[in-house]
Amino acid sequence: MSDTPTGGRWLRLRGLIVKESRQVARDPSSIAIALVMPIVLLLLFGYGVSLDARNIGLAVVVDGPTQATESLVASFERSPYFHVTRIADRRTAEAGLVAGDYRGVMVIKDDFTKRLARALEGGGAESAPIQLMVDGTDANTARLTRGYVEGAWATWLTLQGLTEGAATRLAVTAEPRIWFNPEVRSRNFLVPGLMAIIMTLIGTLLTALVVAREWERGTMEALMTTPVTALELLIGKLTPYFLLGMGGMGLSVAMAVFLYDVPFRGSFLVLVGVSAVFLVTALALGLLISTAAKNQFVAGQIALVAAFLPAFMLSGFLFEIGSMPAFVQGLTYLFAARYFVAILQTLFLAGTVWSVILPNLLAMVALATVLLLITARRTTKRLE
Amino acid sequence: MPPPPPLPLVDIEGLEKRFGAVTALDGITAAIHPGRMTGLVGPDGAGKTTLLRLVAGLLRADGGRLSVCGADPGTDPERVHEAVGYMPQSFGLYEDLSVAENLSLYADLRGVVGDARERAFDRLLRFTGLGPFRTRLAGRLSGGMKQKLGIACAMVVKPRLLLLDEPSVGVDPVSRRELWAMVQDLVADDIGVVWSTAYLDEAERCDAVLLLDRGRLLHAGPPDALTRRMDGRTFILRAPPDKRVAQARAAATAGVLDALIQGPHVRLVMAQGAAPPDGAHPTPPRFEDAFVSLLDDDAAPHAPLATPTAPVADPGEGDVVTAQGLTRRFGDFTAVDDVSFAVARGEIFGLLGPNGAGKSTTFKMMCGLLPPTAGTARVAGIDLGHAASAGRAKIGYMSQKFSLYGDLSVGQNLAFFASVYGLKGQARKQAIRGALEGYGLDTYAKANARTLPLGFKQRLSLACATLHRPPILFLDEPTSGVDPLTRREFWGRINALAADGVTVLVTTHFLDEAEYCDRLGIVFRGRLVADGVPDALKARFRTADTPEPTLEDAFIALIEAEGREDAEAAA
Amino acid sequence: MGSRILALVIKEFLAVWRDPKSRFVLIGPPLIQLLVFSYAANYDIIEAPLAVLDLDGGPAAHRLIDDFDHSGGFRVARHLDGEKDIAPAIDSRAVSLVLVVPADFSRRLNGGSSGVEAGKPAVVQVIADGRASNSAQVLIGYASTILTRFNGEWLAAHGGKPVPAAIITTNWFNPNLVSRWFIVPGLVAVLTLVVVMVVVALSVARERELGTFEQLLVTPLRPFEIMVGKTVPGVVIGLGEATLAAAIAHFGFGIPFLGSLPLFYGALVLYLLAVIAFGLMISSLAHTQQQAILGAFLFIVPAIILSGFATPIENMPDWVQWLTHVNPIRYFLIVVRGTFLKDLPLADAVHELWPMAIIAAVNLSLAAWLFRRRLY
Repeated sequence: MSDTPTGGRWLRLRGLIVKESRQVARDPSSIAIALVMPIVLLLLFGYGVSLDARNIGLAVVVDGPTQATESLVASFERSPYFHVTRIADRRTAEAGLVAGDYRGVMVIKDDFTKRLARALEGGGAESAPIQLMVDGTDANTARLTRGYVEGAWATWLTLQGLTEGAATRLAVTAEPRIWFNPEVRSRNFLVPGLMAIIMTLIGTLLTALVVAREWERGTMEALMTTPVTALELLIGKLTPYFLLGMGGMGLSVAMAVFLYDVPFRGSFLVLVGVSAVFLVTALALGLLISTAAKNQFVAGQIALVAAFLPAFMLSGFLFEIGSMPAFVQGLTYLFAARYFVAILQTLFLAGTVWSVILPNLLAMVALATVLLLITARRTTKRLE
Repeated sequence: MPPPPPLPLVDIEGLEKRFGAVTALDGITAAIHPGRMTGLVGPDGAGKTTLLRLVAGLLRADGGRLSVCGADPGTDPERVHEAVGYMPQSFGLYEDLSVAENLSLYADLRGVVGDARERAFDRLLRFTGLGPFRTRLAGRLSGGMKQKLGIACAMVVKPRLLLLDEPSVGVDPVSRRELWAMVQDLVADDIGVVWSTAYLDEAERCDAVLLLDRGRLLHAGPPDALTRRMDGRTFILRAPPDKRVAQARAAATAGVLDALIQGPHVRLVMAQGAAPPDGAHPTPPRFEDAFVSLLDDDAAPHAPLATPTAPVADPGEGDVVTAQGLTRRFGDFTAVDDVSFAVARGEIFGLLGPNGAGKSTTFKMMCGLLPPTAGTARVAGIDLGHAASAGRAKIGYMSQKFSLYGDLSVGQNLAFFASVYGLKGQARKQAIRGALEGYGLDTYAKANARTLPLGFKQRLSLACATLHRPPILFLDEPTSGVDPLTRREFWGRINALAADGVTVLVTTHFLDEAEYCDRLGIVFRGRLVADGVPDALKARFRTADTPEPTLEDAFIALIEAEGREDAEAAA
Repeated sequence: MGSRILALVIKEFLAVWRDPKSRFVLIGPPLIQLLVFSYAANYDIIEAPLAVLDLDGGPAAHRLIDDFDHSGGFRVARHLDGEKDIAPAIDSRAVSLVLVVPADFSRRLNGGSSGVEAGKPAVVQVIADGRASNSAQVLIGYASTILTRFNGEWLAAHGGKPVPAAIITTNWFNPNLVSRWFIVPGLVAVLTLVVVMVVVALSVARERELGTFEQLLVTPLRPFEIMVGKTVPGVVIGLGEATLAAAIAHFGFGIPFLGSLPLFYGALVLYLLAVIAFGLMISSLAHTQQQAILGAFLFIVPAIILSGFATPIENMPDWVQWLTHVNPIRYFLIVVRGTFLKDLPLADAVHELWPMAIIAAVNLSLAAWLFRRRLY
């Protein structure tokens, strides 16, 4: 409106924001989504989701126990990675593998000691084989199991070589280092990634539902016949949920740092700025969905498919984007969660690395601009 | 009536609006003037809401010209929004905000601040009588109070034009009168008011009406101009020996457009030039007569009124339905308080009362849907709360809102209820075919129930509730939100059922419908405050001022005796 | 009674199928999820970008780097000039792993004869990005496999003593360790859960909201019949959904199905009954569809996370592991994966079947009780 004094605009905005905040405060489902869901999700993921294999069930079958085999088995039993069960015969152990009782079965044959001794003396090409059968169903755990078994075996072998006084010689050994997360705690990268999901829930799902509700209840119709402009409607809707989302973010960061001891190595200011940009994209998407759907059921369904699922699956939070097929990788560029997760994991574990933050931030800004433009265009003061 | 001012507030010329293939408004030409109450009248789906939305600038017209307060809402909605107050059908209130908070929002949006704001709030709260309820959440207000608040919100800045979309739906007669008086004050203040309604008694009292049907304007002008067309065509048969038989016979007579029961009498509307039957006395025409006759010319021919009949199971003589000390509490709120009544075989018994008085709760207890806190309800000698399955086969129940499966076709709905009521083989086939033919549903047999016109939905509901020929029928607000034509047809069917010996219990808040009942119980704030034959009830309130009281007069007098202020609070 | 229930069941199917919205819920999200999950949910890593800092420069170092480049797990994305380049390469996530070949690499490899350093192997540094710790571990595992092979070949070619003993690993059930073989059969369980849950949880709430529930209650139908009428369609829809998902898994994604179909379907029915009982409980507690959806969501998310679908239950803290015992998905997942990949014998499957049967029985009784109480 051209002739409206700016004072009227601020008044209208304030009125809309106050109204929206009161509604949030009184609606139990808003509070549930904004405050209870983040806590529940953080607890669930913090405790329930872990990729760190511990206590891998391992069955050991020793055909002819000797001092050497005993010391080998003992070294496995000492390892924190394994939960060792001794089984007398191979058949039982294999049945256990089928039944899912163990992740792996290690068979040490009765000629092991003899062959090992000969090998240590340098008896030509002879070596003492150990058989390991791994349950490959869960490929990831299977790989980890195999890696841990080989590691424990190598350690034992080195020790054994030393006590026997024989010089086993390896040409090359690796000295592995894992930066940023030396103890390899999956929580350290899962929890920051989870924040993208929580922000998506508050920003997109909640916003989509509340705006759809205004359409359903006819209040939108009444609002539209007042002098309020489409832009004011937009800002009036965004502001309270923006603050709510930032609150949810603060809560998540606090839980991550104080409850789960996830290190935070970056700049707090950058975190606030980046979260704000992400939240705007999430809110804009929510608004867009609700203006398209105008009914809570459909809005909820679309929000789930267009926001929640991509944040979960296509953000690199749990699954490596680089390993996805090309067309799925292409898809990930369309969702802001991808950029946000990359920045969050860097800010938490590595620090303020601008070479990561800047390109991702720019991509988010571009997405936010596009979404806001579309939303502003679609938010007209008409019912059609 | 004041002479038409030179400039109308709204000038409509050849206005057209289409939604896809459906033409919602077809070449409307009309004007709306300030200082007048303009009634926008028509059956469901006539295009009333679409017209209001166009005027409010919420929709864009597809053709024609529209000017609102000198601006075109299509291109310049902002100017229109500054001059127009609009209350949508669903109030436009935030139910989780309080009365004062709702008002504040609209004050902010319309830029009312400081002293002006205080004055506006004082004025509106006094005007609406909502002062004592400032802090109450809008969702907890009664229907009438919601409407008042909705109007107050649309009036924070005094508009030049006020658009009210069905403001009297879901409002009890007392609140309706208050609402009407409130709006009359605005009209006196030179505001133009558009009041859209399906109630014809309201339309009759407007300064001008726009009568819409299926997107076309059938009449524009003062209502009495329309009513006068019916002069000499309305008659009354005074107290025939059996009013139902008399009504049925009259309805079948050539030249009779409409026959309906009015207390002990039968009222007739004759076709143009047709002679009245013997013994009929002339009576002054009403707006409703004109409406029916206009729509009749416009509408498809009447569906056959024959209701599939067959001997119903005999529930025994005497009182077949009894309620004794029926009470229901929800927490510390008593919804139904010590209600007792008895209904004889073949009787139509009406429970009358404002929204929230406890009518539906009483019905639910009778049907075994809700256990009573105290008291007993017996239907055909059975307590339906305990004796489950078999007893329920003896009743038919039609609930307040359309409650069949909207995504199932008409035939599938009928087939489902037939099976559920244990009909098998030939009997099942016959019942379904009978319902399809008897209720004129054949053409819709394959259509989804959701897509039916409202009148046909009502027919289908009644058909499903009577498939198994129950001796007792419960109808909960069967005609709420239904236009007059459909209502009449519906009551015709109920009469036919009663004539076959079916006992009918019906709730309604339409006072004119109460005239169709043999006996009435008036429910207010959970208690049965009066019961008896309609004429006897009316007679109790005969005074010098009102020698011929209507049921509405009787009803309002009864309720006023109960205390008005509290009535609102409890509703 | 039979014909009344049959009428209910038919009505339920018609209602679900004729409503475009519920038809969409039945088909849209499950298909999208199946595709997205199948392609995106993958712990396997291919061609991870690798940075190489070759301080040695000898032919042996070249050979080692070539081995990495041709392993399939890595591709050499950049060559670094000095130690100072390592941090930027990893920090910026340009590479996932850095391989540092020390300046004394060749000398030490050939140093078996020099005496002083005899027995000391050459040491290469492998630096991974811990921001994705699972990938880091997997990549380090790849690297050590490559190094072991390099060792063996080097020693064989240069007459050194071979490693005295070796572990010969065989991967059962999934010889190439493809993640998809693990994820997709799990999806059969999860998608079935989501669809059946939403359909059942919404069904009563919708009838309540639309008023049709009252209409049912005034008919001669008994609460028990209504409950059966709601359960049977759930089971049938679940069977259909699971069959479709399993068919896509087997024929579309080529995942072997080794086990017995009767076992699969037997377990599926128990699983569906347990899940439907949860859905009926939510349904009888919810007044509106909105609440029912929220309730279903609040059940589904934790139930999936704590089922072993994405991450092993053994990795969870003990108290969380206890919680998983009341989760029907946990048991069914074992049977599904077992019947797909392992030909799980009935004797073993029984350990998973009886807990599901108990959960189903307890929950159905509870749902029936709630159902009767919450009719009004």
